[in-house]
Formats: sequence, structure tokens, C-alpha cells
Amino acid sequence: MPLLQIQDLVAHYGDFQALFGINLTLNKGETIAIIGANGAGKTTLMRSICGLLRNAPEACILEGQSIGAFEAADIVTLGIAMVPEGRRLFPSLSVEENLVIGAHGRDTGGYWNLKTVYDLFPILKEKRDAPGTTLSGGQQQMVAIGRALMSNPRVLLCDEISLGLAPVVIRDIYSALPRIKDAGASVIVVEQDIGQAMKVSDRVYCLMEGRVTLSGNPSDLTRDNIHAAYFGASK
Amino acid sequence: MIWVDTIVQGILVGGLYALFAAGLSLVFGIMRLVNLAHGDLIICGCYLILSLVNVLGLNPFLATILAMPLMFSLGWALQRYVLNRTLGDDILPPLLVTFGLSIIIQNALLEGFSPDSQRLPAGALQTAAIDFGPITVGVLPLLILLSAIAVIVALNQLMYRSRLGRAFRAVSDDPITAQMMGIKPATYFAVATGIAMIVVTIAALYLGLRSNFDPAIGPTRLIYAFEAVIIGGLGSLWGTLAGGIIIGVSQAIGAAINPEWQILAGHIAFLVILLFRPRGLFPRAFD
Repeated sequence: MPLLQIQDLVAHYGDFQALFGINLTLNKGETIAIIGANGAGKTTLMRSICGLLRNAPEACILEGQSIGAFEAADIVTLGIAMVPEGRRLFPSLSVEENLVIGAHGRDTGGYWNLKTVYDLFPILKEKRDAPGTTLSGGQQQMVAIGRALMSNPRVLLCDEISLGLAPVVIRDIYSALPRIKDAGASVIVVEQDIGQAMKVSDRVYCLMEGRVTLSGNPSDLTRDNIHAAYFGASK
Repeated sequence: MIWVDTIVQGILVGGLYALFAAGLSLVFGIMRLVNLAHGDLIICGCYLILSLVNVLGLNPFLATILAMPLMFSLGWALQRYVLNRTLGDDILPPLLVTFGLSIIIQNALLEGFSPDSQRLPAGALQTAAIDFGPITVGVLPLLILLSAIAVIVALNQLMYRSRLGRAFRAVSDDPITAQMMGIKPATYFAVATGIAMIVVTIAALYLGLRSNFDPAIGPTRLIYAFEAVIIGGLGSLWGTLAGGIIIGVSQAIGAAINPEWQILAGHIAFLVILLFRPRGLFPRAFD
């Protein structure tokens, strides 16, 4: 049984339909990447999975449990945590408070706690009392990832975590991924950087205009068919 | 020495204004909700305490302890089933609904308790005073100021030292992201309004002990509360205490110059501060 199964998922913003029958699966221990151009529906897909957009109950199944119609606050308690696009740290909370609040809805006593998060990102321990939003972009991203990890998620959703960061910082952020997987999380990464997505994932899904246009193992995909699926035309 | 006495009396009155304002400040700080019925809810609290005193023969302080859970429940239900539905991008619905609520509460109190003014029995506390040399301080006004400080300290501890307060601040910053932490904004907003109603009950006790009240005086208490919150900076609890004291001192100085200027002086102080510090004296950095 897949850990997470998305089936025939649709999403609307008012009259505008953003997703058209998305199907994907995430197996335990796997990392999958969602790639696609701006407006392809990647963030909408993430928001649907984490419950910010309501779906049909069967559209999202976590280990056999239909959770598509659950609220976001309930979904995190089941073990799906999100690192949102733009980090979205809480400005009135310190770095440490931002981390601690990640465990507000789900405090399992699992591997991830303040100590292990500080071990993963040591710079955060030095900045623990600073307001979260005063940190650099990369450090803020570390807080956002650490905050999501504090709930010891079974599924970690990472929405554009490299956006706006310097290459060296992106490398640091992604270097944490193996340890996150080793601690038991399966990961869905949304990326515009195709190279990065191919490097970190076991499988790739390409979205275009709200539909999956390509999926497969990174080693099986050629530059041309990715190009076609990404932009909708052959090179 | 008369001026020192005037300022001391003003500070003591400011404690009561800070109590009027603390609940309003808490609710505004967390959910950006301006509750125009806040003053009427204070008066509602006065009548609830009075009823408990009359029916059960209790001391007003004991009656207040009994009234607190009732007022918490009222605030919780009000927020959960009425006010949460008005929250959103448009600021008009909560203003209209709480304005309507204000009228409903006033008329319900008028129907239930008549327009006659009432007072809570303060007993010996009414006239007790402590001499500090040339200045005499009433025990009741001193108790009110100390209670106001205690309430502000308690609310600050709640907001900055507790799990609940952390969730309040998170949901205030970003209710969407807060949901991804397992926080349901509607539930936390209801708890926040319930807590604000506990503070309202304390304010109601001291208002009722210190002066007469009738069903129509709620809106005036709202204005004082509003001014204290805005002077202090929206959402700042210590700022709210400072705001209450500034209004109290301004009124006392105004009254010392000319008794007719008492109320006006408080409003003028508010306008002057608004002119030079439009965001109040202690605004939150990230608002």
C-alpha cells in the first residue's frame, strides 16, 4: 500500500479550475519531485494535500485513510507537514518558538525535537532568541524546515524551498534531505529547478496547466521529453 | 502638592480605564476584531454580578469569581457562533455585527433591569483610605490600579510564556500557516474572547463598586477603552495600561483646571498622541 495516494484530485479557485484529475503515489521512504513552470499547479497541489484546499475525501489517501476532506489542522496531526513557499515564519515568534510551534498539533516524541533540529541546523541554536523573520533567507528556510520536522511527519511537503536562495545555501539545505529521510519521513519536493529535482528524487512528476504531463524515474527521462512535458512543445 | 495629588488620583482612575481596555486590546491583538459591544459587555458583567449579589447574597468579589466562568462561556459562544462568521478581509461585517450587538445588549438590560442606575455594595471599602503624608489614597482606587497591573502581567505571561499564548501569537501573525501547525483559528479565537470576558468581569466589578451604572453607559466605557488601546499601540498590553493611565491623568488635570474640562481633557490627550504617534506609543514592530 502506498504511503500517500492522490487520485483524481481537482482544485478550484472560485470558477477557475487549477488542477484536473491529478494522480500520484508516494511510497514509504521515497522522495518524489513535482516540477513544472509557474502556474502549473504545483503549489495548489501542495495546498490540497495539506488541507488548505478542500477535496473529495477519496482524493487523498494516507495509508488507507481517506483524508481529502480534512482540515489542515487535522491533517498535520496525521503526519503530513508542509514547508510552505516563502517560508512564512511567524514574525512575533522567536526562532525557537517558531520551531516549537511546529509540534503544536502533533507531538509524538519521535526523532525530531529541538535538540535534533539544532543538530541538523546548528546556526539556529545560535539565533534561537532572535525573531524568526530577522534571519537571512537561507536561515529562515532552515527554520521553516525545522518547524515542519518538529511534528515528526510521515510525509514532508517542501514547496519551492530553493526559491530566492544562493546556490551554496541551496546545497546546504538539500544536504539535510538524506538525514530527514533516514529519520523516517517520505518527501514530496516541489521544484522549478529541474536539475535539483532530478538529483534528489526517486521519481519525478511534471505538471503543466494543472495536469500531470510526465512521470517516471529520473534516469528514464530524457531532456527532450522533460522539455516537452514542462513547456508543452517539442524542442 | 495639589498637583501631585491630582496626578496620583489620575493614575488611579487610569487603572480602571486600563481594565476597560485590556480585554479589547487582547481581542484586537489576536484577531484584529474591533468589538463595538465591548463597553456594553462590561455593563452586562456589572448586572450579572449585581444579580448574583442580590439573589445569592454574596459579597461582590465572590460574585465576580462566580461570574467569571459564565462570562467566559458567553464570550466563547459569542465568538464561536457569531463573531467568527464575520472575520475576513472586509473589516465592515464585525463592526456592523458588534454595533448591532451593542444595541441588543443595551435594550435587553433596559428591559430586564429598568433604566434606574445601580451600584454594587462596596461596604467599608467605599470610604477606606490610606494617608501618605499630604496625599490620601483611596483603598478601592488603589486596589483597582493594582488589579489592572496584575491583569496586564497575567495576560503578558499568558501571551509570552504559555503554549496557548504562543498559539495566539501565531494565529494572529498568520492564520493560514497556523493551521498547518495544527491550530484551528476559530477555536483559538473563541478561547481568546472567553479570556477577554474574564477581564471584562473584573472591570465590571470595579466599575460597579466605584460608580453608578445603568444600561446606557456602555458606549462611553468603550470610548475610554478604545482611546487607551490606541494610545498604547494596537495589541500592546503594557501600552494599554499606559494609555489608560494617560487618559486618567489627563482627565484629572483637566478637572483640576476646570471641572467641565475633565472628560474633554482625556479626549484631547488622545488626539494629541494620535497626531504625533499615529500608531500609538508602543506599536508592534511587525504590524
